[in-house]
Amino acid sequence: MPSEVSHSVVPELELRRVSISFEEKLALDDVSFTVGRGETVVLLGVTGSGKSILLKVILGLLKPDSGQILVRGQDLTPLSETELYPFRQRMGMVFQEGALFDSLSVYENVAYRLREEGEKNEARIEQRVREVLRFVELEQTLDKMPAELSGGMRRRVSIARTIVSEPSIMLYDSPTAGLDPVTAHTINLLIAKLRDTQGVSSVVVTHRLADAFVLANFAYSAERQELVPISTDGSGHSHSAARFIVLRDGAIIFWGSTEELTTTENPYLRKFLA
Amino acid sequence: MNGVIDTFFRRKVLAVQEFTELFVNSARHAFTRPRYLVDTLVQMDVIGFGSLPIVLLTGFFTGGVLALQTYRTLSTFGETGLLGQVVALSMVRELGPVLTALMVAGRNSSGIASEIGSMLVSEQIDAMRALGTDPLRKLVTPRLYASLLTLPLLTVLSDFCGMLGGALISTYTARLSSAEYWASAYQALHFEDVTQGLTKPFFFAIVIALVGCYFGLHTRGGTEGVGRATTQAVVVACVLILILDFFYTKFLISIGFF
Repeated sequence: MPSEVSHSVVPELELRRVSISFEEKLALDDVSFTVGRGETVVLLGVTGSGKSILLKVILGLLKPDSGQILVRGQDLTPLSETELYPFRQRMGMVFQEGALFDSLSVYENVAYRLREEGEKNEARIEQRVREVLRFVELEQTLDKMPAELSGGMRRRVSIARTIVSEPSIMLYDSPTAGLDPVTAHTINLLIAKLRDTQGVSSVVVTHRLADAFVLANFAYSAERQELVPISTDGSGHSHSAARFIVLRDGAIIFWGSTEELTTTENPYLRKFLA
Repeated sequence: MNGVIDTFFRRKVLAVQEFTELFVNSARHAFTRPRYLVDTLVQMDVIGFGSLPIVLLTGFFTGGVLALQTYRTLSTFGETGLLGQVVALSMVRELGPVLTALMVAGRNSSGIASEIGSMLVSEQIDAMRALGTDPLRKLVTPRLYASLLTLPLLTVLSDFCGMLGGALISTYTARLSSAEYWASAYQALHFEDVTQGLTKPFFFAIVIALVGCYFGLHTRGGTEGVGRATTQAVVVACVLILILDFFYTKFLISIGFF
């Protein structure tokens, strides 16, 4: 594991020796890592390796058996559910299938958090909802119900619903799983756009390596409105926008950049990359 | 073998504990903010108004069949004038509350369990928590209070429809005058009967709402699990209503409230 340069600033998110088990089975085993501001961490691993559980632990939906989760230096683990709510405003999670509320329209889904926060001014709510839906390019779906949307659109609405409160950390649970390559690309574009235009830190769970490399090697260009390859700096090293973490049976077995991952000698990882 | 029995009972005790916790917490949440009044009104519409047709029909035909059956017995003693009393007492004290609760349980405990269960397996409950909402407050509390407010009202209407059904049978089959029937029904009902009949729905309402919520929130294993949760919710709610009814009636008798 490469040693990290110690940051003088507090990382957005830090996990310290987090472990959790379900009915004697260890689901996360001593997991530690940090995510800096505007940084992307891609979590790779086979099904059942604990990736989704890790996201839920970060969000506080599950309490770890031991270890600490720090958001901007503040430990979340001893907090009660009510005390966690203000922190969850800073974190946004995009669930696997979007997890939109089926009983509410797209507008109400996106406005949900604003209403929960006690915003009463309908004009202000509408303005904000339109703004985030425009960001995900779905302003025309405002009055639709989630059931009328395609899988990719549902996930984009889910991203819109999450960013309405301007979180500084985004957690994505397999955002491109089960989508066609074109739709998957629009989702990747959105993730990169959020990261590169608003400095949002992201943790992306995926088992699609291609998407992971897109996030690591491409940046969003505001003037061209698309993803452009990240240029190599003078030293010849390509500057990666993402770090990779590979989980196996709940433990971190790899932590490093794109290059380190592609050149690894580890037989398990080679199989994973193949 | 001992271990199996041990885990079985431990599970049951745990379930009772979780159910009690669910009851206490969801009931308590009505007294602190945020309250979801709109959700409560929507649930009152779904649970209360939505159950109206089946409850009225059940009441009407129960009252009717009760009159038909007792008419034969009563006529052997030449006491058909008591028909009103028999129907009114049975409906108000026992059949109205219990059958209404059973019908509402069949319709709504299942509905609640499947709705909350689907939300759980599609991660909507997690999403709700992630967006800063307590699912207990948003989903369970409105359903509990909506049931508590509507079930007694439904019971009253069901009682009345039952007596109406009895009246129809009495006048057309037993050739009893309508005035005679209603007079006997009215005179038979005492304060105790009405109290008994109208306190039962409150207990049943708690069972209907919370059993549905409990099984919904404990759904395991995808869409198949939702189906299982729905069936279990109806079965458990119905059985609990009947058991509770027996013990509550026994309790009222033992304190001399009869």
